[in-house]
Amino acid sequence: MFENLTKKLESAFKNIRGQGRLTEANMKDAMQQIRQALLEADVHYKVVKKFITDVQDAAVGQKVIESIHPGQMIVKIVHDELIKVMGERNAPLAEASAPPTIIMMVGLQGQGKTTTAGKLALMLKKRGKKPMLVGADVYRPAAIQQLEIVAQQAGVESFSLGVNANPVDICLMARGEASMRGCDTLILDTAGRLHVDAEMMAEVRQISAQIKPHEILFVASAMTGQDAVRSAKQFHDTVPLTGVVLTQMDGDARGGAAISLIDVTGCPIKFIGTGEKLEALEAFHPGRMADQILGMGDIVSLVEKAQQVVDRDQAIDFQKKARKGDWNLEDFLAQMQQVKKLGSFGDLIAKIPGLNKMMPQGLEGAEDELKYTEAIILSMTPKERRNPVIINGSRRRRIADGSGTSVQEVNALLKEFEKMKKMMKQMMRGPKGKPPRGFSPPMPGF
Amino acid sequence: MSFFTKLRERLGKTRTSLADGVRRIFTGRGRVSDEVYEELEELLIEADVGVETTQQIIGDMRRTARERGIDDAEALYAVLKEEMAALLDNGSKQANWTVESGPHVTLIAGVNGSGKTTTAGKLAQKLREQGRTVLLGAADTFRAAAVEQLTIWAERTGAVIIRQQEGADPAAVAYDATDAAIARGVDNVIIDTAGRLHTKINLMEELKKIQRVVSKRLPGAPHQVLLVLDATTGQNGLIQAKIFTEALHVDGIVLTKLDGTARGGMAVAIQKQLGIPILMIGVGEGVEDLQPFDARQFVDALFGEGGN
Repeated sequence: MFENLTKKLESAFKNIRGQGRLTEANMKDAMQQIRQALLEADVHYKVVKKFITDVQDAAVGQKVIESIHPGQMIVKIVHDELIKVMGERNAPLAEASAPPTIIMMVGLQGQGKTTTAGKLALMLKKRGKKPMLVGADVYRPAAIQQLEIVAQQAGVESFSLGVNANPVDICLMARGEASMRGCDTLILDTAGRLHVDAEMMAEVRQISAQIKPHEILFVASAMTGQDAVRSAKQFHDTVPLTGVVLTQMDGDARGGAAISLIDVTGCPIKFIGTGEKLEALEAFHPGRMADQILGMGDIVSLVEKAQQVVDRDQAIDFQKKARKGDWNLEDFLAQMQQVKKLGSFGDLIAKIPGLNKMMPQGLEGAEDELKYTEAIILSMTPKERRNPVIINGSRRRRIADGSGTSVQEVNALLKEFEKMKKMMKQMMRGPKGKPPRGFSPPMPGF
Repeated sequence: MSFFTKLRERLGKTRTSLADGVRRIFTGRGRVSDEVYEELEELLIEADVGVETTQQIIGDMRRTARERGIDDAEALYAVLKEEMAALLDNGSKQANWTVESGPHVTLIAGVNGSGKTTTAGKLAQKLREQGRTVLLGAADTFRAAAVEQLTIWAERTGAVIIRQQEGADPAAVAYDATDAAIARGVDNVIIDTAGRLHTKINLMEELKKIQRVVSKRLPGAPHQVLLVLDATTGQNGLIQAKIFTEALHVDGIVLTKLDGTARGGMAVAIQKQLGIPILMIGVGEGVEDLQPFDARQFVDALFGEGGN
């Protein structure tokens, strides 16, 4: 779809080449296409209007470079402007100078507040914090039980006073309870409420005024449409929001509501929810979001699929090993098997825009190669996999026989593996000794 | 309490401003201009009708205006409302709760957070009020405390609940529910399923399995499949409806959370592009707020009008 937009823009610019500069007049059709793309992604129409003006201002007068098509230029400008709107870097969570840090979750019904509260608790726990989940939703049947179960799953403390208590009292009591249990972070799960419900909005204002949270996170689904601006504005006018959590990013919604939410609240998007598991909460990446809004969702879903399939702890383990250089063939095999879980190469390629045309054939070859590689490694003993140096001539012959390959192929694999190991060690060290986020060792054939 | 009274009560200012918007577009404008169409386009887009469907609707309107020789803005507004109501009118298609023999089984599906469990609970209450016996099947065995949530609804409404522990096979729960309903001679079965994103292939397969297993226990069941859709959903609603309909025999949509400021225009797109009707709407938290769909009322509400 990203390609579609580029293509549409190309046709909108058919007559421009050689005209020299982008002008308001010759960009008219292109702006129409961009408007449509953004509206289809659920960006609020008023925000789109404003945005289009910004893009136009950025583009007008720019010289059309001969080698680049004006359509591609515009896409780049739009992409950059989207990133600018969303903020270039992701914003960290606020922390109280003296604990406890209080984080309050607010939003409409069904956006995923309780689940997100649990995810956030787990994330903070992994960072060495001691969070306590506070059940302040006394309205939805079994909401408190849900929070308690989520707390159990995350392995964190939880607190509530049952459905007959006042939510303000629950939150106030939670404070004292937190210091008693030695918790340094409170996550308040408030009830979902409609922004037009005066009584319920008064309640959330009261909680906020009495508890003075350090973070008030507005939880909204990525599937939200044009109404995002109205609800977010009303919430922001009621309680001082500090950030947004965009949930259900694992679906195929384009998530244009992100732009609307940022525009109307002026708050950064702090996290995105990317799955049903408690681990599925990630930092927000404006660049990736821009891709998705412009319809490059396929590649995003691929990445997410990879994240679902790839065992996180194992990935971290790999990173550590790769950095130290003691990454071995056993790790390699495990990784290869994880990649296979993603599906066939054909599937993968089809998801990456442009690549399907670049690589029309030879895919079966790559898949076969992977099979042979796996067979060779499987024919080794665990000891050999852990320490390939011991693989001498007779072992190589045995492995070749066992895997139905030749000694040459076994040699080639071992050589390639050593090369890769060295390369990875360098890469993982990086400039400051830290691997780039999400980096994991490469795979053969990729 | 009617939908409008409810809306008027809840929306106050927002609703007024929207109605003002419509009035501004059509009132005192005299002749129809391109500007009128442009503003109308914005209005429909803001209601989440979507670009494509909006353009189709406006194209149809332009044609009708030309054919009938309408050049007055207010007359055009009447045409718009009439055409949209015609588009959304299901005719005789309504939610159905009876079957000749045996229990009538309804399956509830939808993405996470759309309001499935609440809808199941409200439906149970409505049916109980009509003197029917109801059995709730707690086939959302995934979300924490979903079973408890439905159990509370069962207690409130006097419905029987069939449940298993968290993590149980939802198809097995659905089978048990159908089985128990047959054995007990219950009138209505409502099966609440876990929320799932339509992009998760395995979870969509699970849904198909639930449908399959129920029909195996009771041929012809589920007699009704309702897709619950949150009115605040944007254009993704269209693809949701499409994929859920490919997996299940969806009879229609329950459009929830219409008591906010969201207009639920994506349901218009769903009707126009996919032909899936809206059967019920949710306009509040109370049981009485789950109402049969009325095309004319919906269109009035879409434009923030009606209900004096």
